[in-house]
Amino acid sequence: MTRFLIHRALIAVLVAITVSVIGFSLLRLSGDLATELAGDTAKPEQIAQVAHLYGLDRPLYAQYFDWAGKALHGDLGRSLFSNEPVSLLIGQRIGVTVQVSFMALIFGLVISIPLGVLAATRPNSWVDRMALSFAVFGQAVPGFWLGLILIIVFGVMLRWLPISGSDHFSNFILPMVTLGMSVMPAFMRLTRTGMLDALDSDYIRMARAKGLSTSSILFKHALRNAILPVVSLTAVSLGFLLGGSVIVESVFALNGIGFLAYQSILRTDFPVVQSIVVFVSVAYIALTLISDLVNAYLDPRIRLG
Amino acid sequence: MTSIERDRLTGSLDTIPIAAILEAPSPRTVMRRRAATHIGFLFGGTVVLGAILIAIFAPLLTPYDPYAQDLTQRLIPPVWAVKGSWAHLLGTDSLGRDYLTRLMYGARISLIIGFGAATIAGIIGTSLGLIGGYFGGRVDAVVMYFVNVKLSLPGILVALSLISVFGGAVWVVVTVLGFLFWDRFVVVTRSVTQQVRTADYVAAAEAVGASHWRIIVGEILPNVMNHIIVIASLEMAVAILVEAALSFLGLGIRPPTPSWGLMISEGRNFMFFQPYLVAIPGIAIFVLVIAINMLGDGIRDITAPEGRN
Repeated sequence: MTRFLIHRALIAVLVAITVSVIGFSLLRLSGDLATELAGDTAKPEQIAQVAHLYGLDRPLYAQYFDWAGKALHGDLGRSLFSNEPVSLLIGQRIGVTVQVSFMALIFGLVISIPLGVLAATRPNSWVDRMALSFAVFGQAVPGFWLGLILIIVFGVMLRWLPISGSDHFSNFILPMVTLGMSVMPAFMRLTRTGMLDALDSDYIRMARAKGLSTSSILFKHALRNAILPVVSLTAVSLGFLLGGSVIVESVFALNGIGFLAYQSILRTDFPVVQSIVVFVSVAYIALTLISDLVNAYLDPRIRLG
Repeated sequence: MTSIERDRLTGSLDTIPIAAILEAPSPRTVMRRRAATHIGFLFGGTVVLGAILIAIFAPLLTPYDPYAQDLTQRLIPPVWAVKGSWAHLLGTDSLGRDYLTRLMYGARISLIIGFGAATIAGIIGTSLGLIGGYFGGRVDAVVMYFVNVKLSLPGILVALSLISVFGGAVWVVVTVLGFLFWDRFVVVTRSVTQQVRTADYVAAAEAVGASHWRIIVGEILPNVMNHIIVIASLEMAVAILVEAALSFLGLGIRPPTPSWGLMISEGRNFMFFQPYLVAIPGIAIFVLVIAINMLGDGIRDITAPEGRN
């Protein structure tokens, strides 16, 4: 177990370092950041001055170590656009992104798990077909388009919900549905296959033979085993949602880090962009590490092996 | 239970009459039979084929130019609306361009992006998966490390940043998306390779002194091919969705090129009064993506070995 833990954590650290290098070099690849910052009409001396001011004339590796060293102490630099510290900008907005991601995740789980269980108990019935069609729909519908359609229907035609902003709970309902639809299909399919496998197993046949009630068989015995992969997918999905909320945030004008990243990309505000990319990646790495550890703890084959 | 049935169950060929073996339909016949009755495959295949034909022959199918603006013909609603006109079946956009024409030319962008990105991703992912699965050990650890790094990066953000740096040309978008979606190819190719690696025919090839390259290309790749096609269809669908999202955000295909995502983005300013501008391209994306997914699932079902579903 200890060896597994150390091995897993070591890989996570290595991956995190690589990701930080990639995130750091992402916008610097263009090579003419200084030109872009100085503006189209700038003279070569001015460009050189700008390059020197932001340290862009130093070798890339020196720039990286400088940035990484400061980042480890929580200093992510300052925005080129507003000159505010990047950590402050992220701190102000992360709440919105986390809230919408969690709500979408819960929405996805609440819909997909009962649907997956129901579908698995009656394979090839109309319930099963409906559940699968629903998953196919969720997989194929463009998220940003679904968001716009929901705005047209519920915001404009029915006037039930606000169409933008992030002050009130009701602002989050449409983004939650939009984003939740993107994770729902995977959860539903995984629950369904897990339940189908579990219901076909010897221990369920045993439980049936003992005369246990259907609900006890379904929820206490089968679902408990079927849910394990869903648990690890949940952690992965949360990381995915944190990074994937950029589209939903810009459709609904939610002021989260996705929207901040999008705006910063448009204005080549590279300190902000690289920080958000690395921040989201590290969050993902941490979440998958935690989910692996939880899984290892829950599954004696890994824990003791 | 007859002796033949029993022997089939136990896998023994000894007592199965030669005639029974000879009469069994060939794999090709089985596949053709399955294909003819697989509704998803037929539907998906028809729609995808239709989209490809429309994309190729768009100039012949419509009298309009997708770029031609006509400010006297702005925002005409589709033909089924009260003020609709038969001259523009799906109406016109805010610059007076025929919407159906732009939709047909837009199919070109989606299909090129989908095919191109899936091909690039397939080549990268399959190569890594074959190498990792075949050589195992440290090589495999390095491959999985690449996959971990790739999975940890927020794909959409990375794509947005790269396209903002390199511009929104179609080949840039194709390449960026190709470099984003190779992980699933690796995971599947690698696990199939690991299974096939220990097969007798691989051992036989090794015994006659075949090189690693020959074994990988000649013995293992054919076994992986079915899986690759299925994943390629999935990733093609995802690439089409992501291109639409990137173009919608203004960091994908650039105007005035008719990309479906871009059309939604341009229609967004008018969506409260002319919702069809947003609805129509979205439905087009949805239908194409569903068709590609159904086609992929169909190919998987049809090519699956006997008795497996």
